Amino acid sequence: MQLTLWTYEAPPHVGAMRIATAMEGVHYVLHAPQGDTYADLLFTMIERRPKRPPVTYTTFQARDLGGDTAELFKTAVAEAYERFQPQAILVGASCTAELIQDDPGGLAQALNLPVPVIPLELPAYQKKENWGAAETFYRLVRALADPACPRHTGSRPRCNLLGPTALGFRHRDDITEITGLLDRIGIDIGVVAPMGACPADLARLGEADFNIVLYPEIANTAAQWLQKTFRQPTVKTVPIGVGATRDFIAEVADVAGIEVPAELVAGSSRLPWYSHSVDSTYLTGKRVFIFGDASHAIAAARIAHAELGFKVVGLGTYSREMAREVRDAATHYGIEALITDDYLEVESRVSELQPDLVLGTQMERHIAKRLGIPCAVISAPVHVQDFPARYSPQMGFEGANVIFDAWVHPLMMGLEEHLLAMFRDDFEFHGEAAPSHLGHPVSVSPVVPETVAEVADSDDTDWAPDAERELRKIPFFVRGKARRNTERFAREQGIARITIETLYHAKAHFSSQH
Amino acid sequence: MTALPNPPVLQERGQREVFCGLTGIIWLHRKIQDAFFLVVGSRTCAHLIQSAAGVMIFAEPRFATAIIEERDLAGMADMNEELDKAVTRLLERRPDIRLLFLVGSCPSEVIKLDLSRAALRLSRDHSPRVRILSYSGSGIETTFTQGEDACLASLVSELPASEDRSLLVVGALADVVEDQFKRIFDDLGIGPVHFLPPRRAADLPGIGPGTSFLLAQPFLAETARLLEQRGAIRLSAPFPLGAEGTTAWLKAAASAWNVEPERFERVVSPCRERSRAALARFRSDLAGKRVFFFPDSQLEIPIARFLATELSMQLIEVGTPYLHRAHLAEELALLPPGTQLSEGQHVERQLDRCRAAQPDITVCGLGLANPLEAEGLTTKWSIELLFTPIHGYEQASDLAGLFARPLRRSLSLVA
Repeated sequence: MQLTLWTYEAPPHVGAMRIATAMEGVHYVLHAPQGDTYADLLFTMIERRPKRPPVTYTTFQARDLGGDTAELFKTAVAEAYERFQPQAILVGASCTAELIQDDPGGLAQALNLPVPVIPLELPAYQKKENWGAAETFYRLVRALADPACPRHTGSRPRCNLLGPTALGFRHRDDITEITGLLDRIGIDIGVVAPMGACPADLARLGEADFNIVLYPEIANTAAQWLQKTFRQPTVKTVPIGVGATRDFIAEVADVAGIEVPAELVAGSSRLPWYSHSVDSTYLTGKRVFIFGDASHAIAAARIAHAELGFKVVGLGTYSREMAREVRDAATHYGIEALITDDYLEVESRVSELQPDLVLGTQMERHIAKRLGIPCAVISAPVHVQDFPARYSPQMGFEGANVIFDAWVHPLMMGLEEHLLAMFRDDFEFHGEAAPSHLGHPVSVSPVVPETVAEVADSDDTDWAPDAERELRKIPFFVRGKARRNTERFAREQGIARITIETLYHAKAHFSSQH
Repeated sequence: MTALPNPPVLQERGQREVFCGLTGIIWLHRKIQDAFFLVVGSRTCAHLIQSAAGVMIFAEPRFATAIIEERDLAGMADMNEELDKAVTRLLERRPDIRLLFLVGSCPSEVIKLDLSRAALRLSRDHSPRVRILSYSGSGIETTFTQGEDACLASLVSELPASEDRSLLVVGALADVVEDQFKRIFDDLGIGPVHFLPPRRAADLPGIGPGTSFLLAQPFLAETARLLEQRGAIRLSAPFPLGAEGTTAWLKAAASAWNVEPERFERVVSPCRERSRAALARFRSDLAGKRVFFFPDSQLEIPIARFLATELSMQLIEVGTPYLHRAHLAEELALLPPGTQLSEGQHVERQLDRCRAAQPDITVCGLGLANPLEAEGLTTKWSIELLFTPIHGYEQASDLAGLFARPLRRSLSLVA
């Protein structure tokens, strides 16, 4: 039993959902108890998708356990097929259904549906989300890729882009960035999968000359099988960072047998100049702790070290499948890698190292808040704010621009840092205060600025003490407005002393106008 | 005993698009500030809670999961020993915890891990510093707000015995709402008044045959049953939503305390008039608008009653995950005759009915809200009804505002 305050990865069936939701024409029937439909919210709220995920849940309850849950599952599969008419069906179990052992694969096969039915064995008590996604993608590719598919006949080299999924950190924009980059160097895209692909697209994976694995955690297994089956070489460099993007272009050019004009490579990102400019001098040697999935962590360490001039003091990952790669990278920076999915272990390492900056996941934000350390997000798991409306790739040359801004932003600006070192006891700028360009004093007690602001806004209306106390019960971010409204109401009504009654009269008066 | 109202209810079974009871932790951890919630379950359970609450950044999380692993299932590890280790580690890290809930989940229920015994054992080891209780928030047994019911029910046996005459208000309410109710009860001369759950674990109210209790929430079946077992008397009333619902709810207590009708009027009517006036300003937005409720929290029927009787909205269908006919009797009597109720869910068929009806506003969970918006239906996401102060006179217009806002917004946005 593992004490878990936060978990880096979801259970493996959520990985399978990420594949099904990324694709078109695939439906997933999941044997799961009532309540597991919470996972729909990951897609409709966190990723803000306008469609329900293509997932049917059996949502069994305690009273069903005495009866025939297997029959419940068969009905769910039959109804899902009839209603959604998918081109392929995935079937599997969540953690609780795994315990009752109904054999979703066998039950679904027995229905003899006229489309491929792909059973998923995802051991929920051993494996996790990324493994689940990788396994599901591999099973789909194995089942659907047409072994007789002929190579394409176009003149330009053609590749598949493998790995982008639903709920992937910046996958949407990474695809755009890399597709544009490949087009500029003269390479066509065959299939992008799983994101946006349908079963028919997977059937023609064999048309391409080679495969590019953008997200190894998800696509490595499938790419290895394609390499064996279709003799398609795999491009493995993950193009995050300027240096890595240049290496990626070189590897692609080599595999595709083409020449890439030098001007396409040089000067394509602003990061090198921004990082060279004198304003960035104070970034030199900033001690940085990096944690995330393996590919984003490794890429971040290289950027931090070679492109921003930080000192990498900690590097780790929760991706056990790629522990070796992270260990190798850590050796390069003279440190020992932290391979763990235990949030408390990460917290104690950060606390021990006291870095100047944490580059991590949504979970490291909690750690950084506790320890008062600036933090930027480089990897899943992430929350809604990291599925932004604006174009925000991590990959390619524009990705490097995005990264420069995102990582430098939380740090104290140079001048402020200097002045702090000279004058320590300023009432506004002091050691406990957050960087002032972040706009709000996060680490001081919220009472201080609030009182100042409220006194400044308030006229000399008389507040009864209990009304004042009642006002304090209103959340601080709307309290100022409530105070102003109540005072305005009191003036208009000629009320001299504001009581609790006045406060609520005013609230009732203004409540329909917000 | 009078016959319970017996409106036609469409009973459905199929896929249920609802939360499990673990979700109650999201608001309960804020209400009882020195309590900690340790879920004993799988990674799915851990992921559910952090997906819901993890957008807030916690320096000190107040919930966690003890994740069952392969070795626990294979019997290679003694699960009780493992649980004790997890609890000890947690309490070392967080010495400020006074009340620890071990929360059961689907996996722990299916493998029949006895958390109530574990709670007894651990209480012995960690008393008097920490009190350790258990309840189940599993999806197979509880739907969404039933998690609060199970949590409060676990507190009932902890309440000290008392013979004194008192009023107990049951159900987690916003702090500001509690204070309003407290003031009104004081003015009516009703008291002492206690609230369950209390804001701090140490402040558990006494209970006994002198206790009368009012349910502030419609989803507290088990808690009410256990309170009655300890001699407390439930005061039947509609729920305190809207100006009229709140008046009737207060009236139930006033009758039990034999408050003079004149005094009741004197105390209550200024609040009621103010509430009515504030509501009147929403009528132009809402009157005649057609509303469809998907099942979620059991708050659907009282809120539908409020929208129909106080704002003249039309009810197309009112879905509820579970219908407790005795607790809802007063509510059902107030619903417009012929209101279509549904209990349980077959989400696909219910979506078909909703699309066919094309309601002006659809109350549903977050898994359905954006997809329905994308189809052109205006929605009100239902979980917000649990996270917003909506009870009592002063909040009636806020409750109306929750429904008016999406309608105003969809009118004001350029496509």
